[in-house]
Amino acid sequence: MQATLEWAQKLEGKLRSFLALDPEGALAKAFMLEEKLKKGEEVGPLGGIPVAVKDNICTRRMTTTCGSRILENFLPPYDATVIEKLERAGAIIIGKTNCDEFAMGSSTENSAFFKTRNPWDLERVPGGSSGGSASSVAAYQAYLALGSDTGGSVRQPASFCGIFGMKPTYGRVSRYGLVAFASSLDQIGTFARNVPDLALLTEVISGHDPRDSTSLPEPVPSYSKELDSPVGNLRIGVPRDLLQEGLTPEVKEAFEEALKIFEGAGFAIEEVSLPHASYGIPTYYLIAPAEASANLARYDGIRFGLRAKGEENLVSLYKKTRGEGFGAEVKRRIMLGTFALSLGYRDAFYVKAQKVRTLISQDFQEAFRKVDLIALPTSPTLPFKLGEKVQDPLSMYMSDLYTIPISLAGLPAISIPIALKNGLPVGMQIVGPALSESLIFKASYLFERESGLSNLKPPIVEELSA
Amino acid sequence: MKITLEIVKHIAHLARLEFSEEELKQFYQQMVELLDHFARISELDTENVPPTCGILPLYNVMREDNPGATLPREEALKNAPEEESGFFKIPTILEAED
Repeated sequence: MQATLEWAQKLEGKLRSFLALDPEGALAKAFMLEEKLKKGEEVGPLGGIPVAVKDNICTRRMTTTCGSRILENFLPPYDATVIEKLERAGAIIIGKTNCDEFAMGSSTENSAFFKTRNPWDLERVPGGSSGGSASSVAAYQAYLALGSDTGGSVRQPASFCGIFGMKPTYGRVSRYGLVAFASSLDQIGTFARNVPDLALLTEVISGHDPRDSTSLPEPVPSYSKELDSPVGNLRIGVPRDLLQEGLTPEVKEAFEEALKIFEGAGFAIEEVSLPHASYGIPTYYLIAPAEASANLARYDGIRFGLRAKGEENLVSLYKKTRGEGFGAEVKRRIMLGTFALSLGYRDAFYVKAQKVRTLISQDFQEAFRKVDLIALPTSPTLPFKLGEKVQDPLSMYMSDLYTIPISLAGLPAISIPIALKNGLPVGMQIVGPALSESLIFKASYLFERESGLSNLKPPIVEELSA
Repeated sequence: MKITLEIVKHIAHLARLEFSEEELKQFYQQMVELLDHFARISELDTENVPPTCGILPLYNVMREDNPGATLPREEALKNAPEEESGFFKIPTILEAED
């Protein structure tokens, strides 16, 4: 444990994955687990494993800031369900990771505190919004990590950092204690450097929770044990129509090579059509901000968080607190969402988007009549440079082109590393019908073994461990 | 549909967000650009399409109404910016706006 913490701190000088590290807590837990082992007691499936947690998941022991000034000193009075599950499984939570403010962003540059760097190239972003979780696992600061994925915030940073990231089916993992952004889309997800680790972590945090009325009652299969059972000759669908838009040559080349690996393993590659998926961005950027504008109404300076000084009127206190406490992207989304829900515009924007969401879901249902799984790139581009997109909201939003339709349909999807191009990782998503996590893990595991692309070491890790 | 700076000001009020004039102008520009792009969804025919409100096959989730432990008052007030005698303290609200 000591060595892991020292390594994590050493890398922090370069990456800044963590908003807070908890060496004392981690060492105390490690000591406690060691005592248990000495007595011959069980330590749990994640016994002694260092895990990093995105800072929008509530932890009693550590502040939970969501990367926002408005929650800078917020110490939650309770643990999220996933935190209780990790603790029971013997995991050691070593710290809270940096993210875009309230998980709104695709580069972690919207954190109110500092920027996190991509371990593969320190001039580039780690992706977002769970950028700190992804970079910490990629750089071996943590073995596993939790993030949250509303429109791609686990899958895209996993892709940018050369690791594996799973967004389970909506409702598979309890959201109790996950700070709400867009409640019909938010889902806690997992990061690891290989499929077996990812399957185990996902299995540990999944399951019904009476404290989250949107959590699914279906029992959780043992994803990690089912990995070894045969996967059969799967039909993999490729949505060529969606890939017309924005795909860069490097990613396209890597993706086509990856499909050949699947073909070589006996899978059939078939074309599927998702005709409405290209409307995903406008649909998502109306629905998610609308929900966010309601969810973020609670930050009013009254019960917790920041309160603006010197205001004597309640409404001006609200306005000033929120004006000071939220960053530009959060304000932009609250404004968009409030607009989309406001009198006179609601039907043309919010309700229309909800209808298009139905069409997008139906496209997937139709496709899964023909194929078992769908494969597509995670991000249309390689990891971009710090500062490259942060001033242009629309170009930042477009980086979620391939992840968002899946979120709108509530489906499970993984991002797995498929290549290094120009020294930068490329990721591919594998998407399945609702609750098909086990099949997704099995297909990914097969790919991992065929490609040999797991437990990748970014140059900085090699360098600093030499 | 035309969005004006006045509408954006009204939205900012509804959202309880304070902006400087300069910030407001920048947001206005960006909102015009974004909403212009988002309006693309209006080209789709959704005449007989039901809106998706939630994507789960779950309805009317209930639980037993059993009394349980609640958060102690000190814990609930722990993060409060201002408190007094065990209550959250707020500025006077007797003078209503408008």
